[in-house]
Amino acid sequence: MKKTFNNRAWLLVAPVMIVVLFSALLPMMTVVNYSVQDAMAENHFFWNGDAWFRDLLDPSTEIGSRFSGALERNLIFSFVVLLIEVPLGIALSLTLPRRGWAVGPCLVLIALPMLIPWNVVGTMWQIFARADIGLFGAALNGLGLNYNDTQDPVSAWFTILLIDVWHWTPLVILLSYAGLRAIPDAFYQAARIDAAGRWSVFLKIELPKLQRVLVLAILLRFMQSFMIYTEPFVVTGGGPGNATTFLSIDLVKIALGQVDLGIAAAMSLVYFLITITLCYIFFTAMNQLDLLKEA
Amino acid sequence: MARIDLVDLAHSYGGNAADPASYALKPVTMTWRQGGAYALLGPSGCGKTTLLNLISGIVTPSHGKILFDGTDITPLSTQKRNIAQVFQFPVIYDTMTVGQNLAFPLKNRGVPKAEIDARVAEIAKLLDLAPYLSRKATRLTADAKQKISLGRGLVRADVAAVLFDEPLTVIDPELKWQLRSKLKALHRELDLTMIYVTHDQTEALTFADTVVVMHDGRVVQSGTPAELFDKPAHTFVGYFIGSPGMNIVPAEVRGREARIGGHAIALDRSYDALPAGARIEIGVRPEFVDVVAPAPGLLSANIERIDDLGRVRFARLRIGDVKFAARVPSGFSIPGDVAGLIFDPSRVHVYADSCLIEGAA
Repeated sequence: MKKTFNNRAWLLVAPVMIVVLFSALLPMMTVVNYSVQDAMAENHFFWNGDAWFRDLLDPSTEIGSRFSGALERNLIFSFVVLLIEVPLGIALSLTLPRRGWAVGPCLVLIALPMLIPWNVVGTMWQIFARADIGLFGAALNGLGLNYNDTQDPVSAWFTILLIDVWHWTPLVILLSYAGLRAIPDAFYQAARIDAAGRWSVFLKIELPKLQRVLVLAILLRFMQSFMIYTEPFVVTGGGPGNATTFLSIDLVKIALGQVDLGIAAAMSLVYFLITITLCYIFFTAMNQLDLLKEA
Repeated sequence: MARIDLVDLAHSYGGNAADPASYALKPVTMTWRQGGAYALLGPSGCGKTTLLNLISGIVTPSHGKILFDGTDITPLSTQKRNIAQVFQFPVIYDTMTVGQNLAFPLKNRGVPKAEIDARVAEIAKLLDLAPYLSRKATRLTADAKQKISLGRGLVRADVAAVLFDEPLTVIDPELKWQLRSKLKALHRELDLTMIYVTHDQTEALTFADTVVVMHDGRVVQSGTPAELFDKPAHTFVGYFIGSPGMNIVPAEVRGREARIGGHAIALDRSYDALPAGARIEIGVRPEFVDVVAPAPGLLSANIERIDDLGRVRFARLRIGDVKFAARVPSGFSIPGDVAGLIFDPSRVHVYADSCLIEGAA
């Protein structure tokens, strides 16, 4: 086959490249630039080498312990979120109707939380969870539980987790539901012929067929939960103490509160690298699952 | 292993209240004997898969009964019926090996391990799957996967019947032949009742001892391939079986004579009591008509073309408005485009409203 080389096609890509350059690459390089410099007075920068990075990654320094503490909270948070949302999402998607008039209304109702913007979700829950006037907080206290999301670390964590589960389990449900719908009827019929029980149908047919969508769901949920910002910012302000101070919250405090641009830039780069590395590992591992099993 | 009786069995997907004419399967009463090789033949949408799913219990009938060896099993679920079914597209349990796939129906029924292993080894050997037993089933080709599906259908020794729902659709033509003869051999070896659904007449006629032809939700004829060929009970059977199918020509029939456009054709038997007002047609297969030069007293037809199918040739003709096909010898030639037709009287059948009429001797 004869190939035509026509470099004019680059012109079609050029506008996108320019937009990406200005929106992503330049700010990113600015961050890299800040991360290796220190500012003495206004706009007087001097070379600082990798000092910010060494401080950051050494837990014995003040900033290093802040960073490792927040990173730990982030990892625990994402882990618990996945642990709750994925099984819950699959379980709920199995209970949804497969056909009939109820499918549409059910899907819309389930998708509703996802359509609400983050800060609105935060504000809603901030009021909802208040121990004095919030329906949820007051009800829990009425039941005799000692619940206060701004003063008790356990309550604060419980609230943030609950918000995330409420907000994002629907995504897992919808993805998993779509995966289930894609399984041909013949598989269920064959399972009946083969006298497979309900649990067996789930383990041997549904779960393996869901693998692809679940990789997607886990990846999306990991990325979003690892970058959590708005909910703790609005609801708990990162407290009590620093109980819900996640990396993003700390980052904003350092960059915009203390205006320590150098350390904040170093921190955001490390944060960014951790996120994409973990995503890459997740993605590769889950896609290799089959091959590993076969070996 | 069992005899299967269908008693007045019918099904409508629209529920019981639906108009009888819209039933996917119109009431049918018939018997499938133990150890038979049956084919359910008919075009898409004729109700053959519905009939199969009723027997396996995937679909519950609107009315009628299904008996296995005289016991009514209509209310039983698929799991409780002793039946195996193979579907159109391969169904594989992705996480299991080939061996585990084959063992699955036995394991779920609590068969002892030693017995499972023996049976799996036997079936794997018959289907040439033995070298792959410990391989993951997901990575195999479509036809190997379908063999696993077939294997899962055949692995239970005690089933009342094994049902095949167009199982070779996804298989390449060459392998299709191999697998079909394999199935035939398995049928002899395993002494299982097999019911094979297909819309392909070659597949049906080579696989089955008894072919059940369905048309529009009805069983129109059930018989050996030879019976279907020689004496189609319904014009649909005549037309659907054979290539090209039977010629169906409107005619007036009186006594031992059929008249087409004023020309008389002799019949072997006498038809005196034809139903009044019925649509009368005669049917004759292309193999039993001679095409000769036009002569007085012969039915004449216009020659449209000659189809050369390699081994055989068929003349495509037209009698008035009716298309007609006739087999011709390889050296066939006639001057002009008009020919005379000579019918073999013993091979001409008479149909009233599409159903075969038996004449008197």
